[in-house]
Amino acid sequence: MLTALLIMTGIAIVLGAALGYASIRFKVEGDPLVEKIDAILPQTQCGQCGYPGCKPYAQAISNGEADINQCPPGGEEGIRKLADLLGREFKPLSEEHGHEKPKSVAFINEQLCIGCTLCIQACPVDAIVGAAKQMHTVVSPLCTGCELCVAPCPVDCIAMVPVGETVETWKWKYPVIELRPAA
Amino acid sequence: MIARLFNFRGGVKPVSHKNESSATPIVKAPLPPRLVIPLRQSIRSTARCLVQPGQRVLKGEHIGEGEGPLGTSVHASTSGTVVEIASFPMAHASGLETPSVVIEPDGEDRWIDHAPLDYRNVSRNAALAYLRNSGIVGMGGAGFPTHVKLGNGSGIDTLVINGAECEPWITCDDRLMRERAAEVLSGATILRELIGARRVLIGIEDNKPEAITAMRAAASGVGDTLEIVPVPTLYPAGGEKQLIRVLTGIEIAQGKLGADFGVQCFNVGTAQAVHRAIHHGEPLLSRIVTLTGNVAHPGNYEVLLGTPVDALLKLAGPKADTDRYIMGGPMMGIDLQSLKVPVVKGTNCVISASPALFPPPPPELPCIRCGACARACPADLQPFELYWFSRAKNFGKTQEYHLFDCIECGCCAFVCPSRIPLVDYYRFAKSEIWARERDLKASDQARDRFEFRNFRQEREKEEKAAKLAAKAAETRAKLADGTSAGAAEAPPPVSDEDPKKALIAAALARAKQQKAAVTPQNTEDLSPETQAEIDEIEARREKLND
Ligand code: SF4
Ligand code: SF4
Ligand code: SF4
Ligand code: SF4
Repeated sequence: MLTALLIMTGIAIVLGAALGYASIRFKVEGDPLVEKIDAILPQTQCGQCGYPGCKPYAQAISNGEADINQCPPGGEEGIRKLADLLGREFKPLSEEHGHEKPKSVAFINEQLCIGCTLCIQACPVDAIVGAAKQMHTVVSPLCTGCELCVAPCPVDCIAMVPVGETVETWKWKYPVIELRPAA
Repeated sequence: MIARLFNFRGGVKPVSHKNESSATPIVKAPLPPRLVIPLRQSIRSTARCLVQPGQRVLKGEHIGEGEGPLGTSVHASTSGTVVEIASFPMAHASGLETPSVVIEPDGEDRWIDHAPLDYRNVSRNAALAYLRNSGIVGMGGAGFPTHVKLGNGSGIDTLVINGAECEPWITCDDRLMRERAAEVLSGATILRELIGARRVLIGIEDNKPEAITAMRAAASGVGDTLEIVPVPTLYPAGGEKQLIRVLTGIEIAQGKLGADFGVQCFNVGTAQAVHRAIHHGEPLLSRIVTLTGNVAHPGNYEVLLGTPVDALLKLAGPKADTDRYIMGGPMMGIDLQSLKVPVVKGTNCVISASPALFPPPPPELPCIRCGACARACPADLQPFELYWFSRAKNFGKTQEYHLFDCIECGCCAFVCPSRIPLVDYYRFAKSEIWARERDLKASDQARDRFEFRNFRQEREKEEKAAKLAAKAAETRAKLADGTSAGAAEAPPPVSDEDPKKALIAAALARAKQQKAAVTPQNTEDLSPETQAEIDEIEARREKLND
C-alpha cells in the first residue's frame, strides 16, 4: 500500500515538474487569439471601431468587451471571418460605427498646404512626409485611407480620393449565372 | 531522332478553320496614320518613357527603358514625330488605359544606325542584355521576356521550339514557318547556344504539312542537333507543358516549370525575332497577325507594333454583320472592348466574330457532375470541383485543387454539356486570390508601420522626459553651488580682466553639455558605412560654417 502511494506521489511530482518546466520553456508570446483577430482586421488604424487602432480592438473583442461588427473598413467580409474564427453568428455592420466605403487614399493639395505638421502627427502609419513650414505630401502606397489627417488640417487642403482600378488591380467579374429550368 | 511521341492527357478537337487565312502569303500592312505604342507591354512592368512630345524619332529608336527584372525596352516602330504621350486602352481583358507614346509616321521609315551582334564573341550576359534592349519577349501571347527565360545557361538539356499553333483560326506561325523557315532555324540555333541545350526539337502540328516541309528543307544542312517533329493535331498541343510532354515524354508536375526538368520552350515567332535582332541588329518592331473570321480578305499581315486594330481591320474588310472582335484565338482570346487597342508583341490574331460564326453561348445549366471536363482537362485537374469552389468563393479550396495549374485553355468549357463558362469562374477566382494577397501585404505593412510609430512616439516621450530631468538637475546643482556653477562644469581659462568673455565661454560650455545630453538615441550602434557617411556630411557642414 505504502509503496503504491509513494510511487503514485513520485510520478505526480515528476510529471508536475515536467509540466511546470514546459509551461515556462514553451511559453507562448502574446495572446494567440488576439493575434488571430488582429490578422483579420484590415489595419486601417482609423479608430472607427471606438478603439485607438486595430490591435486594441482585437484585444477588446478577445476580452469580450466589444462586438465583432464595429469595423467599417473590414466590412461584411471581415465580420464573416471574425464570426467564423470565434464561432459566433454573423451580424450586419453596426450603424453607429460607420459604413463600408470604397478604398480611398488621402491627397494633399500642395498649393494650399501651410506646413503646420498637424496631419503628420495624426497619421497612424507615418504615410505623410513634410516638415514645419514646408509643403507636405502623402505617400499614397502607404496610406491606409483612415481619414484621420483630414479633420486636423486647418486649411482643409486634404481630400480623400478613391483609388482607381489599374491593370494590376483589375479583377475578373463574377460570372453572371443564368439558370434555366431543364426542359 | 526521337524514338517516339507521347500523349498528353485530355485535349479536344475543335474545328480548325485554318484554311481561311493560311492560303495567301504574308502581306506587309501599310503605315497607319498614327502608331500608339504602349509603354506597358505586359501586366508585369511598365517602361520609363524616354521621349517628349514634338521629338523626332527614327525607326528602331529607344522610346522606353525597361524597368525592373521583367522589363524590356520599347522602340519606335517607324520614323516620325512623337505627337503625344497619353493614356490609351491596352490589349487586356480589362480594356483599361495605359500610358502610350503616339507617333505620327513621316512615311520615310528611316532606320536608326544599327549593327548585328557577334554573340559568340561577347559574354553571355552581354548577349542577354542585348536581347533585353532589343525588346525581345515571347510572341506566343504571354509576352514573357526572353532574356529571363534563357536563365543562367546551365541545366537545360532540350530546347523546344513551339510551332504547334493549336488554336483554331490562327495561322501566323504557320505562314512564318513556310516563308521564313531559315530565319526561324537561325534563331533557334542562337537560342540553343545561349541556353546551353544539347538538342532542339521543333514541334509542329501535323495539320500544317507545308510548314513542316519548308522547315525540313531549311533544316537539311543544320545537323542532327535540331529536329523538326510533326505532332498530332489535338488542342492544346501548343501548351508549353503539353508540347514538352508530347516531344520528350516528361510529365511536368503541378506547380513546376519545364526548366525544372531541363526543358525550355520558345515560340517560333520569338526565335525569328531573336534572329533579326542578333544577325540584323533590328529590335522587335513588327509581328505577323492573322486577320480572319467574318472578313472579306482573311490572311496574314506583317504589322508594325502600335498599329491600332481599327486601322488594321480595314485591310481585311469585316463584313456587315460582325458584332464583336476577339484578340487571340476563340479558345483563349479576349473580347476587344475598343478597336483603338494597338497591336502589341503578343497579338497573334484578330478574329471578327458574327452571330453565325460564333453563336452566343446558350444559358448555362446546373453541373451534372458528368466528369466530361475532367477527362478533357490537359492539366490533370478536376474542373468541376474548381468550378464549385470558385462559384462558392471558397478560394482556399480552389488552391487545394491546384487552381493555379489551370492554363485557361477552355477544354473543360468546350466539352461541358451544361455549357457552363467554366474558365470565367477560374479567372474570377484567380484574380480574387491575387487581390487578397495584395491586401494582406498592404495590411501587414500598415501594422508594422503603426507599431513602429507607436514605438517612436514612446521613445520621443522618454527622450523629452530625460531632457527635462537633466535640465532640472542642472538648475538644482547651480542653486547649490551658488554662482560658481559655470566654472565647476567647464573650466575654460578665465582671466579676470575680461568678465564678458568668461560669461560667453561658460554659456558655450553649457550648450555643449546640453547637446550631449539630448543626442538622439538612434545614432547609437551605427554601421561603419553609415558612420562614414555621417562624418563626411559633418565635414562638409564644417566647411560651410567656416
Ligand atoms: S475600425 Fe477597423 S480598421 Fe479602423 S481601427 Fe478599428 S479595427 Fe482597425
Ligand atoms: S495619410 Fe491620412 S488617410 Fe492616409 S493613413 Fe495617414 S492619416 Fe490616414
Ligand atoms: S462537364 Fe460540365 S456538367 Fe459535366 S461535370 Fe464538368 S462542369 Fe459539370
Ligand atoms: S481551362 Fe483549366 S480546368 Fe479547364 S481544361 Fe483547361 S486547364 Fe483544365
